[in-house]
Amino acid sequence: MIAYFTELFSPTILLYLLRGFAITLRVAAIAIVLSILIGTVLGLVRSYAPWPLRKLAGAYIEWFRNTPNLLWVMVCFIAAPLPSDWARCTMAYVLFTSAMMAEIVRGGLNSIPRGQFEAAQSQGFTLPGTLWYIILPQCFRHIIPTMLSQIITVVKDTSFMAQVAVAELLFRTKNLMSIFYNVVGRQITAMDVFLLFGFAMLLYFAVNFTLSCVVRFLQKRDAVTSAQARN
Amino acid sequence: MIEQIFTPWRWQNLFTEWPLLLRAFLTTLEAAVLALLLALILGVIFGLMSSSHHRLPRAVARVYVEFFQNTPLMIQLFFVFFALPYAGINLPSFTCGVLCVGVYTGAYISEVVRAGIGSIPRGQFEAAYSQGFTYLQTMTLIILPQTVKIILPPLVNQCVNLIKNTSVLAMIAGGDLMYVANNWATNGNASYGPAYLICGVLYFCLCFPLSTWARRYEEKLKRQDIRTPEEVLETEAMAS
Repeated sequence: MIAYFTELFSPTILLYLLRGFAITLRVAAIAIVLSILIGTVLGLVRSYAPWPLRKLAGAYIEWFRNTPNLLWVMVCFIAAPLPSDWARCTMAYVLFTSAMMAEIVRGGLNSIPRGQFEAAQSQGFTLPGTLWYIILPQCFRHIIPTMLSQIITVVKDTSFMAQVAVAELLFRTKNLMSIFYNVVGRQITAMDVFLLFGFAMLLYFAVNFTLSCVVRFLQKRDAVTSAQARN
Repeated sequence: MIEQIFTPWRWQNLFTEWPLLLRAFLTTLEAAVLALLLALILGVIFGLMSSSHHRLPRAVARVYVEFFQNTPLMIQLFFVFFALPYAGINLPSFTCGVLCVGVYTGAYISEVVRAGIGSIPRGQFEAAYSQGFTYLQTMTLIILPQTVKIILPPLVNQCVNLIKNTSVLAMIAGGDLMYVANNWATNGNASYGPAYLICGVLYFCLCFPLSTWARRYEEKLKRQDIRTPEEVLETEAMAS
């Protein structure tokens, strides 16, 4: 039994899969950071900017929000003006996710009373100052759970890159099935396939489950501190 | 790609093959409807289980939701399509796609249903039991009908996600819109521009009305000061 496991999950195979997972995480991390930044700007523009800009941001958000992410991976893989495969795919995730984030931010902004702008203005805050010190902190506190589930979606959607042959975790897992004989030196069995897929699922699950636990912890801490502040 | 969109003959080629596109569009619709049915059934069952008093059904529902929400749809699909044949289970690609998308979305819908049930005041359960209603009668006659109104927006949003997710059928040659557009893009003419643009427009036509309706309806509920399922989930998370 132990011999079987050490043969199947030999350093070669583990390294091969983990390197794929590193690509997954790199693409996800870059896409998440960029799309939160762009999404916040888009959300602000859609809520507060003058008419033509507002409509433009709205059109961008609705167009990308209502089409599949997979389509953008395909399109960007072919057409994006970036040098490497993974960077082109990252651009697809940024395009799609920034629209989703913008919609989430807009939802958060909606929950902030208009009076806060007037109050800030009366205290001498400039518009950027009002947004940065007063509006956005409240907005983000409100939308963190929704944002987190979107972040988890990004991590999961990186597996679309398997379709355009970027060697991320899912692509490598599937690829192992065809190169198994050359790597291990025997025919692949049902058990091998299930364990390899199980291992890949476990990696995805570990990251995503941790993310959702972190947010639950943050929410709980927030609830405790605000309860203490009230008392 | 951009200049291809402004090349008339590529569009002509595309439109001479319109029956192909139409069939692909109908396949996407069919997959979406079947998967939605499966997802609704699973969502209600597991949503009821996770609002049960007993620990076992709650735990089962928890495992179902956490597993399917935290692993990619793609790997579930590849597992069913590429790995299960090793165990002697061969499913056609369309069935695989509907099954995977349905079960995956079911996990999300079950959370929506759970939040919906959570938004109904506890007193209603007690009142129903005191009048001799059984558990099933309470749920189907009293609780679930009331939740429908408030869970509609998130439910429709999940439906939009489901439609977008049916595009993964393309990965296993499911013959859906994404797959045909992809094929068309990579055939001899290499007309990526028109193929992907028309594919995007068709998905947009399906999803945009639904997501816009959901947003408007939700804003209406907020104006009426009715607690939406998102708010219920939030307060729950804070209380736990």
